[in-house]
Amino acid sequence: MDKNQYLNIFIEEASENLQNLNQSLLELENNPENISILDSIFRIAHTLKGMSATMGFNRMSGLTHVMEDVLQGIKDGKVKVTEEIINLLFNSFDALDGYVKSIIDTGDEGDDDNTDLINVLRNVLSSGKLSEVAGNTRKNDEQGISQSKINVDAFTQNAINKAREMDMNAYEITVHLDKGCVLKSARAFVIFKTLEMYSDIIKSEPSVTDIEDEKFEFSFTVIVISKYDRDFIEKELSKITEVEKVEVNSLEKTGEMLVKTAKADLKTTTASKHTLDTGARQADKTPSKNIRTNKTVRVDIERLDVLLNLVGELIIQKSRLEDVYKDVSKDKNQVQVYEETLKHLERIINSLHDAVMKVRMVPVEVVFNRFPRMIRDLSKELGKEIVLSMSGEDTELDRTVIDEISEPLVHILRNAADHGIEKPEKRLELGKPEQGHINMRAYQEGNNVVIEIEDDGQGINFEKLKKSAVEKGLATAEQVHNATEKQLLDLLFLPSMSTADTISDISGRGVGLDVVKTKIESLSGTIDIETEVGKGTKFIIRLPLTLAMIQALLFYIGEERYALPINNVKKIVKLKTDEIKLVQNKEVWLMDETIVPIVRLDKVLGVPRESQPENTVQTVVVVNKGDKLYGLTVDRLVGQQEIVIKNIGKYLSNIRTISGATILGDGKVALILDINYIAQ
Amino acid sequence: MEDQKTIKYLQVLTLKLGDDEYGIDISKITTIIENNYSVTRVPGAPEYIQGVINLRGDIVPVMELRKKLKLAHAEDTEETKIIVVNVEDMMVGIKVDKVLEVIQLDRKSIDEISSADDEEVKGYFMGLGKYNDRVIILINAEKLVKE
Repeated sequence: MDKNQYLNIFIEEASENLQNLNQSLLELENNPENISILDSIFRIAHTLKGMSATMGFNRMSGLTHVMEDVLQGIKDGKVKVTEEIINLLFNSFDALDGYVKSIIDTGDEGDDDNTDLINVLRNVLSSGKLSEVAGNTRKNDEQGISQSKINVDAFTQNAINKAREMDMNAYEITVHLDKGCVLKSARAFVIFKTLEMYSDIIKSEPSVTDIEDEKFEFSFTVIVISKYDRDFIEKELSKITEVEKVEVNSLEKTGEMLVKTAKADLKTTTASKHTLDTGARQADKTPSKNIRTNKTVRVDIERLDVLLNLVGELIIQKSRLEDVYKDVSKDKNQVQVYEETLKHLERIINSLHDAVMKVRMVPVEVVFNRFPRMIRDLSKELGKEIVLSMSGEDTELDRTVIDEISEPLVHILRNAADHGIEKPEKRLELGKPEQGHINMRAYQEGNNVVIEIEDDGQGINFEKLKKSAVEKGLATAEQVHNATEKQLLDLLFLPSMSTADTISDISGRGVGLDVVKTKIESLSGTIDIETEVGKGTKFIIRLPLTLAMIQALLFYIGEERYALPINNVKKIVKLKTDEIKLVQNKEVWLMDETIVPIVRLDKVLGVPRESQPENTVQTVVVVNKGDKLYGLTVDRLVGQQEIVIKNIGKYLSNIRTISGATILGDGKVALILDINYIAQ
Repeated sequence: MEDQKTIKYLQVLTLKLGDDEYGIDISKITTIIENNYSVTRVPGAPEYIQGVINLRGDIVPVMELRKKLKLAHAEDTEETKIIVVNVEDMMVGIKVDKVLEVIQLDRKSIDEISSADDEEVKGYFMGLGKYNDRVIILINAEKLVKE
């Protein structure tokens, strides 16, 4: 096995352990005296320590080592389990999580030493409780002591050593730009040019590309080798405009590292940061990060066996076919054998397809498991008491859907916590239990997986909604007056809609629900809301079980081929031109008693046409969008086919009329139309 | 870890649009393909997107660099190529008149672009490089694809 495979195994096991740690910490919080939970946490920390040390992730193993010591201290009774200690452990968890995320992204644990976190942990050990260490670190910062730390790795150290041997100087230079500097990368470039006149730059933090991309706040650090002396370089750099401060520190041979007391804010749930953010750590540390499934999948052995068997059968049938083919024309009997074999083959291929799709299925638990911690943090932040209960976590979804669904779910949960659940006092006033409840349920219904998020909060206030919509110009007073409940709820999914009185940081900036809806629709799913004022709100998300293949209708419009999911197709008719009537300037067709609006697809899609075809007969595909029918005009039908849905790519994902693409038998791309936006 | 060379040099693939020479950072480039793929038009896509192609099973949009940079139209020739770039997990094919070579550009030789006819187009560039006698307009692949 090579290092990469070790890395994959490490990531999987570390992730699993972290998940267990998260769970156990939550349990500990509710049962601080429970020894077995403590033991469990200790074991996990111990395992993580060993794993990370083996892989050479020294920072991670260092942190877990100190955590282990603290946990031992708790077990021995030297440290008391208080709320602050729990928070400290959660912060340590976040730091470990950060390391693992960095490892997943870059294969490296990153440069964050979490020194203050470790200091606090050490302090807890020696004093038995959380002391004033936090205060000290903050004071240092206020004094503005800025000795920065660059990771001096072997290559750099070597260069420094060589330089010193040749009697050249090695410096670590930190340049602070004016806070008012606008073109930071350009300014940095000038600084670099100047430096290169007097020295050789051997390392820069952040990296040169990051500096070019302005991925730094207002300062950066470089290590250079130069003949010139300190003061000279400092002077030259200080001459450059928009440079606020220059610090030049001499570097000696091997092992001199200047340690900075980085700013720490232990009250927040984020781990400590450097002033120089290395690229890998730019990742958002709040729990709303998208959950990415690993590149590896844990597959049920039984499912693999099924696959294997099917492939075996496939091979057998294929051989039979080959044999038969030779004799097929000569013998009538053989023709029948040939056809039978073909049917077998088709059946096997379908089963194989199902089996493979099953392998792609992942239980929603993967996405759900972050939520308890998120709700816990949210409750504290909002000053509310919220309990989250989940069921059906073993319900399975396709991997591609799993990756995409976590963000929308997080948003809805936050909404429920922020806007839905009332503050404890208010709840008591209303005669509700002080604790708010949010219920997450996942289950299978026919061809779909349904995820429900229900809260027992204040429900959606329709009057406020109506007012807000009119104020924002999203609807007229008359429209809202006549609108049905469903139509009003649909308003919530419009961009810039928010009924919160104060825009909190969490949600309510009005950009949320429309993004949620778009995401869910991009997965071919639907989202509905049920609400009752004073009682609560329920979000219902429906997602198709298998994403990748559908039955579709293929047709030509002009010279272009398009596809439409068969699900939506009700009927295909050929209409004579006089059957299409004009009602209020819109084309319609009278199908029995129903008026079916006609949609000219060639116009909607802007298909280039040489001349208007003078047809007496028009092929119309009748589709349903919800409970409404529409008639789409097409030129030539190709037929019904099972197609593989391919993602049209991030670049074009915002085109609403197109829901995806498929590759046809001739290798060309055909676009799949999205009924929701085609039929208007 | 910063390779010493990378600090000094930028590896650039040079290409031509008409008489002008442009360059793209090679680290953003996935592959270069011939212009013989069947392009499917995408209704509703920006004008400079010719459509999408099937690149070994992946759907990749094709951008006409001429149109994006607001240059005059020119017909495709045999030398026309499509440079597939990858920016933040987005693959985009960029159609150019001619692909030249990969060169090592000394970063010190890169100047800022002072003025341009079109402010929007100027945003796609990251500087002017000089290589022997050639002036190479450096394209910022990320900005080109994201904006």
